[in-house]
Amino acid sequence: MSILGTRVIRTEDPRLLTSGGVYVDDLREPDLTGAVRATFVRSTVAHALITGIDTSAALEAPGVVAVFTAADMTDLPTPPPPEPLPDDAPPPEGPNPMGGVWQEPLLAVDRVRFVGEPVAIVLTDGTYAGEDAAELVSVDYDILPAVPSIEAALADESLLFPGAGTNVCVRGGRPIGDDSAFDQCEVVVEGDVVNQRVAALPMEGRATAAVFKGGKLTVWTSTQNAQLARLIFTAVGLPPDAIRVVAPDVGGGFGAKIGVDREQIVVAWAAKRTGRPVRWVETRNENLMAMTQGRAQLHHIKIGGDREGHIKAYRLDVVQDSGAYSRMGGFLPMLTNLMAPGVYDIPVVEADYKAVVTNGTPIAAYRGAGRPEAAATIERVVDWYAAEAGVDPALVRRLNFISKDQFPFVTKTGAPYDTGDYEAALDKVLAAAGYDQLRAEQRRRRAAGETRLLGIGLASYVEITAADGAAGETAKVEVHDDGTATVYTGSSAHGQGHHTAYAMLVQDELGIPMDKIEVLHGDTDLIPEGVGTYASRSLQLGGSAVHKAAIEVKEEAARKAAELFEAAETDVVLDAATGTWHIAGDPDKSLSWGQVAAAGDAGLIVANVRFTADRPTFPFGTQLSLVEVDVETGKVTLLRRVTADDAGPVLNPLLFEGQRHGGIAQGAAQALVEEILYDADGNPLTATLMDYGAITAAELPSFELLTSETATTVNPLGVKGIGEAGTIGATPAVHNAVIDAVSHLGVRHIDMPMTPERVWTAIQKASEK
Amino acid sequence: MKVELTVNGKDITADVEDRTLLVHFLRDVADLTATNIGCDTTSCGACTVLLDGESVKSCTVLAAQADGRAVTTLEGLASDAGEMHPVQRAFHEEHGLQCGYCTPGMVMAIVSLLKENPSPTETEVRQGLEGNICRCTGYHNIVRAALAAAASSGEGASR
Repeated sequence: MSILGTRVIRTEDPRLLTSGGVYVDDLREPDLTGAVRATFVRSTVAHALITGIDTSAALEAPGVVAVFTAADMTDLPTPPPPEPLPDDAPPPEGPNPMGGVWQEPLLAVDRVRFVGEPVAIVLTDGTYAGEDAAELVSVDYDILPAVPSIEAALADESLLFPGAGTNVCVRGGRPIGDDSAFDQCEVVVEGDVVNQRVAALPMEGRATAAVFKGGKLTVWTSTQNAQLARLIFTAVGLPPDAIRVVAPDVGGGFGAKIGVDREQIVVAWAAKRTGRPVRWVETRNENLMAMTQGRAQLHHIKIGGDREGHIKAYRLDVVQDSGAYSRMGGFLPMLTNLMAPGVYDIPVVEADYKAVVTNGTPIAAYRGAGRPEAAATIERVVDWYAAEAGVDPALVRRLNFISKDQFPFVTKTGAPYDTGDYEAALDKVLAAAGYDQLRAEQRRRRAAGETRLLGIGLASYVEITAADGAAGETAKVEVHDDGTATVYTGSSAHGQGHHTAYAMLVQDELGIPMDKIEVLHGDTDLIPEGVGTYASRSLQLGGSAVHKAAIEVKEEAARKAAELFEAAETDVVLDAATGTWHIAGDPDKSLSWGQVAAAGDAGLIVANVRFTADRPTFPFGTQLSLVEVDVETGKVTLLRRVTADDAGPVLNPLLFEGQRHGGIAQGAAQALVEEILYDADGNPLTATLMDYGAITAAELPSFELLTSETATTVNPLGVKGIGEAGTIGATPAVHNAVIDAVSHLGVRHIDMPMTPERVWTAIQKASEK
Repeated sequence: MKVELTVNGKDITADVEDRTLLVHFLRDVADLTATNIGCDTTSCGACTVLLDGESVKSCTVLAAQADGRAVTTLEGLASDAGEMHPVQRAFHEEHGLQCGYCTPGMVMAIVSLLKENPSPTETEVRQGLEGNICRCTGYHNIVRAALAAAASSGEGASR
C-alpha cells in the first residue's frame, strides 16, 4: 500500500521538540566564534534629507568595533546614475526592485524615506553594547513633508523621488472603459474597499550571520531561498561562486523572507570589510518597522447585475501602496488584476492598477501576494451586490460560478484556470455548516430583538499557485551502498514539512523506508541550483522534481540490478513494499538497495532533475465563517469556520491540514485585528507586539475542515499549492460574516480590520439614515 | 554581578552585567538555545520557561531575579533516558508545530497550564495560551496537543 495520502507524523519534530531548532541566533559554528553583533541605526523620521552623520561618540563607546555609513561603502560599485523614466515606460512585470531613479540604497545616503530605514551599522562585542552605541550615532535631518498614505502620494505634493517627478511608480492593466456595461444593470454597487497594510510577522524575525575567510563569504541567513539569496549577496562585490549561503532552521517566512533585505547585504559586507564574523538578529521593534509588509491596496470597485443575482459587469481599480521603495514593481497589483473576477464567469471585467511610493515600510510578498487582495474584494462586493439585490449570497455565487464543464477556462483578465468544481465545494460547505438552519437562527435572533446577532459569511475563492512554474525546481536523489538515500532539494523548508513530504515521495517510489532517507535543503555548496519556497510552489514543483528523480534512480537501478542478476532489464522488478530487487517470478533471489547501489559509479545511484511546469495551477474552495456580533458594543466573536479547500490529491493530510489551519488564522486575523498604522507624520503606531494585533488562540475557534480533491494535469502528482489558499479564503469569509450580521440594519460595508469601534460606528451610522 | 541558577538540574554560576535578562543568561551563558526571543515586550511567549515550576517570560525577568532559583527549559523536559514529556509527545503526534520557533515557549506554557489545571476544557486551553503567539499553526493543533497531553496524563481522561 502506498504511503502517499496517509497521515505520517513529521520527521522534523523530535529535534525541534527536544533541543529546539537551530535558527541563525542559535548557530555555534566554529567560524562564528567571537562574532561581533550588528546593530542598525535607523531613521527616526519618515521623510527627511540627511544633512550630517556623526559617529565619533559611538566609536568611543565600550565594546564598539566599527561604525559604518553609506560613505564607508566605497568598495562597492556605484549604482548607475538615475535617469528619468519616459512617460510611456512599460510597467515592470516581474517581482524585481525598481532601479534607476527609484533605486533603494543599502544604507541611506542623503535622504530617508521611512521610519526604520537603516542609516548606519554598528558592530560591537557583547549582548547589549550595540543598542547603547547606536544611540550615540547622531544624524541630522532636514524634515520634509511626509507622504503617509495612498491619498497623500497621489496628491504628488511631496515627492519621495524628486527625479521621478511623481510618486506613481508603475501603471498597468486594462484601461477602464466607459460605463455602458453598467448602464444595462438593474443593480449597481460602487465604492471603495481597503485591503489594509499588515505585517508578515514570522515569529523569528530577520537574521544573518556572515564570515569572510580565504576569499569566500559564507552567510547563514533566515531565508526562503538560499540560492536566490546568493545572487542578491553578490551586491557585496563578489561573484556567486565566492559566496556560500546556508539557510539554517527558519522560523517562518510568509513571503517576507524571499531572498534577503538590504540589512542582510550590509551585514555580509561588514564581515567582508572587517574580516570579523558578524551576526545580526533583529528585534521585533525593528521587524515591525523594516521587514517588508503586505497587502496595502486601495480598491475602487463597481459591480452590476440584475435583480435575480446574475452579475453582468465588474470593474476593479487598484492602487498599490509600495511603501518607500518599490521592491516588486507592479507584480503584486498585476496579480490582483489577473485574479480579479475570481470564480465567476462575468461577461464584462475591467481591471487596472497603479502603484505609488509612500513614507512607509516597503511592501512585498505576504502569504498570497496580490491574490488575497483580489479574492477579498470580489467576494466582499459579491455580498454587497447580493444585499442590494436582495438575493441570498450563496445563490448569487451559484448563479455566477464558472461551471465544472467549462474547464480549462481563460478568464476575462487572462488567467488560464486548469481545473475546478466550485459548486461542489460550496455545496459541501453549506451542507456541513447547516446553512439553512444558521439562516433560521439568524432570523430568529433578529426577530426576537436579541443584541448578539449571527452573521454568516461565505467566500468562494480561486487562486494561482506556482505562477513561475517555468522556473521549476531542482532535486537530486542519491541511493548509497548502505541502502540509505539522500534528497537534495531546491525547495526551502521553513515549517511546511518538506522533509517528511519528500521522504514520503521517495519511499513510495523506491521502497526505502523514510527513516533511511535524509532530505537536505538550503545550502548553496550542496545545492547550487534551486528556486525556493514561496507562491505555494514546493510540492507541485519541488515534489514533482523529487518524484521524477526517484523514478530516474529506479530506472538506473533496474539496469544495475539486471547486470548483477545477469538477467534482462525487463525481467527485473522492485518490490516497493520491502525495498528489494527481484527477478520476476523468482522471489528467492533478491538484491537489497545497498547491493544495487554498490554497483553504481562511486557506490551510488544518482539522478538530477529540474522539473518545470508550463502552466500555473489554480486551487479553489469555499469557506464559511459564523460570527456573533454584539450590536451594543460592536464586538465580534468568531464561532465557526467550515471550509473545503481543494488543492488536488493530498500527499499527507497532517501537513495539508496544518497549512490550512495556519492560513485560515492569518486570513481571519487580517479581517478582525491586524493593521499597520502610521500617524500623519509617518510615524509607525504599531511597532511592537503590544500595539500590533497578532491573533491568539483565545480569539479563534477550532476549524472544521472538509475534503475536496480535484487533480490538476499540470504535474505528475496532480497537486496544486495549499500554502496560501487558507488565507485567501478566510479573510473575505470572516469579513462577509460580520457585515452579514448587521446587514439588515442597513450596513453594507465596513473596512478591515473590523474592530469593535468600527463595527459599532457602522451600526450607528446606518441607524441614523 | 554574580548570579547562581539551577538550570535543568545543573548549577550554573556566572558574573553577568546587572541588566542581563534571564533569556540571555540561558542562551549565552548556559548555552541553551531552545528558548527563543520573539518580541522583547512580554507579548509573544516564545521565551517562556519555568521558574521554580511556574511559567515566566524570560525576556522580562532579570537573571538577577532568578538568582538562587531553579529554571526549566525545553531541553530539560525529556526524561534522563531521553523519553519525551507527554506534552512534547502530543505536539509530535498532533502536528502542534510547524517552523518550531514558538514551540519551546508554547510547550513550556502548556506544561505549566496542565500543572495548574490537569483537565482543562478547550476554552480553558485557548484562554490559557493567550500570551503565546504562533504564526504557523492557527493554534488548532496546539490546542489539540494540549488536550491530548492532558488526556494521556490520566487525570484529564474523564473530561
